[in-house]
Amino acid sequence: MSEEKPKRMAIIASKGTLDMAYPPLILASTAAAMDVETMIFYTFYGVDIVNKHKYANLKVAPIANPAMPSPVPMPNIVGMLPGMTALGTMMMKSMMGKINWPSVPELMEVCLEMDVKMVVCTPTLEMTDLTIDDMIEGVKIGGAADYLDFGLDANINLFI
Amino acid sequence: MSDITPDEVADLKGLNCPMPVLKTKKALDKIEGGKILQVDLTDAGSKSDLPAMIKRTGNELLEMTEADGVYTFFIKKKLA
Repeated sequence: MSEEKPKRMAIIASKGTLDMAYPPLILASTAAAMDVETMIFYTFYGVDIVNKHKYANLKVAPIANPAMPSPVPMPNIVGMLPGMTALGTMMMKSMMGKINWPSVPELMEVCLEMDVKMVVCTPTLEMTDLTIDDMIEGVKIGGAADYLDFGLDANINLFI
Repeated sequence: MSDITPDEVADLKGLNCPMPVLKTKKALDKIEGGKILQVDLTDAGSKSDLPAMIKRTGNELLEMTEADGVYTFFIKKKLA
């Protein structure tokens, strides 16, 4: 076992909604628990998942999301009404609470504890006027080559 | 009932994926090599999740039992 190269997984997280923050964090923390070296590369909206001002309050977008569960059937266009994003987010959080699911910050803490590499894309930061100081602790700055360097030696590469 | 005597017990009942795997790993990290960890949980997905993690981390699943919707795993931690 000890002679074997450790397994690796690289994930690109490109979406910043609550529902899209979970898959990278769940897979990364679980991989780390399975002794897999893991990196999440945050780009575009995915950067919100490591933005310290936002990551505890990510939202669900009910509009253009016909899979969004609703207590009463309604046309998807209703999702454009003011307050629907907040309502949808509240519903999703209550569904997660019902099954005892960890919050995004809780999962993030687990990932960092288990040494998941967190890399945030430099152009995204610059174009959105953010700096590394806006990111949670433990995140590093990197670029496409950084991801590729890790990903070329990875057994699993995912774009989320 | 199993006749294995665990050194540590982790009660993870009511938790859902990915928490049983994460908490089991954490519990394994805390005990010494060769010791036995008992994990009780109710998440049906863990029936396949936990053995996968145990195998990949080089630990040993001694036994899994199921009674009244509770799955009980006995895991022997690998020697360092």
